[in-house]
Amino acid sequence: MKRVAVIGVGLTKFGELWETSFSQLFVEAGAMAINDAGIDGSDIDALYVGNMSGGRFVDQEHISCLIADHAGLAPIPATRVEAACASGGLAIRQGVMSILSGFHDIVVVGGVEKMTDVVTEKTTQTLATASDSEWEAFMGMTFPGLYALIARRHMHEYGTTREQLAMVSVKNHENAIHNPYAQFHSKITVEDVLRSPLVADPLRLLDCSPITDGAACVVLASEEKAREFVDNPVYITGSGQASSTIALHDRKKITVTDATVNAAKEAYARAKREPRDIQVAEVHDAFTIGEILAIEGLGFVEIGKGGKATEEGETAIGGRIPVNTSGGLKAKGHPVGATGVAQVVEIVLQLRGEAGKRQVDADVGLTHNVGGSGGTAVVHILEK
Amino acid sequence: MSSIPRFWRNMKSRYNLIGKRCTRCGEIYFPPRNFCSNCRRRGELEEVQLSGKGEVVSYTVIRTPPEGFERQAPYVMALVKLDEGVMVTTQIVDVSPEEVEIGMRVESVFRKIQEDGEAGLIYYGFKFRPAKEE
Ligand SMILES: [Zn+2]
Repeated sequence: MKRVAVIGVGLTKFGELWETSFSQLFVEAGAMAINDAGIDGSDIDALYVGNMSGGRFVDQEHISCLIADHAGLAPIPATRVEAACASGGLAIRQGVMSILSGFHDIVVVGGVEKMTDVVTEKTTQTLATASDSEWEAFMGMTFPGLYALIARRHMHEYGTTREQLAMVSVKNHENAIHNPYAQFHSKITVEDVLRSPLVADPLRLLDCSPITDGAACVVLASEEKAREFVDNPVYITGSGQASSTIALHDRKKITVTDATVNAAKEAYARAKREPRDIQVAEVHDAFTIGEILAIEGLGFVEIGKGGKATEEGETAIGGRIPVNTSGGLKAKGHPVGATGVAQVVEIVLQLRGEAGKRQVDADVGLTHNVGGSGGTAVVHILEK
Repeated sequence: MSSIPRFWRNMKSRYNLIGKRCTRCGEIYFPPRNFCSNCRRRGELEEVQLSGKGEVVSYTVIRTPPEGFERQAPYVMALVKLDEGVMVTTQIVDVSPEEVEIGMRVESVFRKIQEDGEAGLIYYGFKFRPAKEE
């Protein structure tokens, strides 16, 4: 496909941001991205916003309008994009397609979620709406419960160990220490994970991404237009998206996320790249087992070998393929609608050489964002 | 989950494990669907009574329950593959969590699923328990 340039990035601190409202979050990240791109508000043709559940989290729908209004961007067209936890990645893809279609030259893509305005039970229930409401959630299933089913089966089929799952969390917490925007800056050990309270066996609290407020934003531009504003943009060279069954019980095999495999296949083909070309990746570790499924489904390691690869340090900074240098969803935080956009922000910072103490040497990076238990997956490939 | 028609629509399947089978390719759907994903508009679906017997493919113990399930926690949730080949998401009852294992034979029972608040509705449907005899 033709390349689309990322000319500006921005994000808020991730965490429990009790003093900041939903729309303030977006405006903060948006202003940072627009400033970074060196564009003026009047240069922007359209806005796409990834958001999972403004309606349940802050009693606000019609958030595309709210954000365009509060960011001072009206009357440009604003569109909300929703695919549960993959909303952000999907918003990026909508922005890319709107530029490639020739409709727009400069597009702002943001993602935002405000999760701490409601009690934890409501948050838990809202996340469960990403599953099949009538045949999973109704039966008493929870979102961590679905990933626990996958984790148990993965351990059964491939011999993945409880400790290997914990190592994903340990690695991502270590990476987050060097990310000033991350929710957590604390080193943890395998023992800490194994001693944390059980949420849904075999998954424990420290296997699960936290409840987070946050926003992220990027400015996308056509290659021609990008040159007017920046010298060395990072380019999105591949994009892939795939759907699977919404319910886990309808998948023939639960230990391979087929939506990830299919989205990756499309993204690699469009970018004319292969898994071995990828030098840094941000993947969807909403639960530790999620990162193992991701690195397997994306082709970084063989199916079933994700736990072992993690244990051997292949995915650590300094390893063969550093994964989640930002701290990932686990330690950077997971404001669901913002996550897919924040992943792109991290890869852009890495490819620009602006990732500080977590910097890796890379020219080609990848982002991978999942909705629900694997019903939607979005993959992007970025290059210098 | 408080809409009565929303529950009533699914009652037949939730009470009696009635699914759909495509008369063209034989694929079985449970929960029932109106459209065969293999045959699309060439397929034709008819009702099929499932046996309610199967085995545990994976399981977990829910310790942070959603609203309506507080009194049941901790409880076992599982993916059960029915002998007809389809999988269902279901609670495993009449057994302690430590005794559940992958591959265990189970059978369906009719039970209370959840309560909709103190004065609200009570929903019923299938759960599974260890199989009595085979
Ligand atoms: Zn058929």
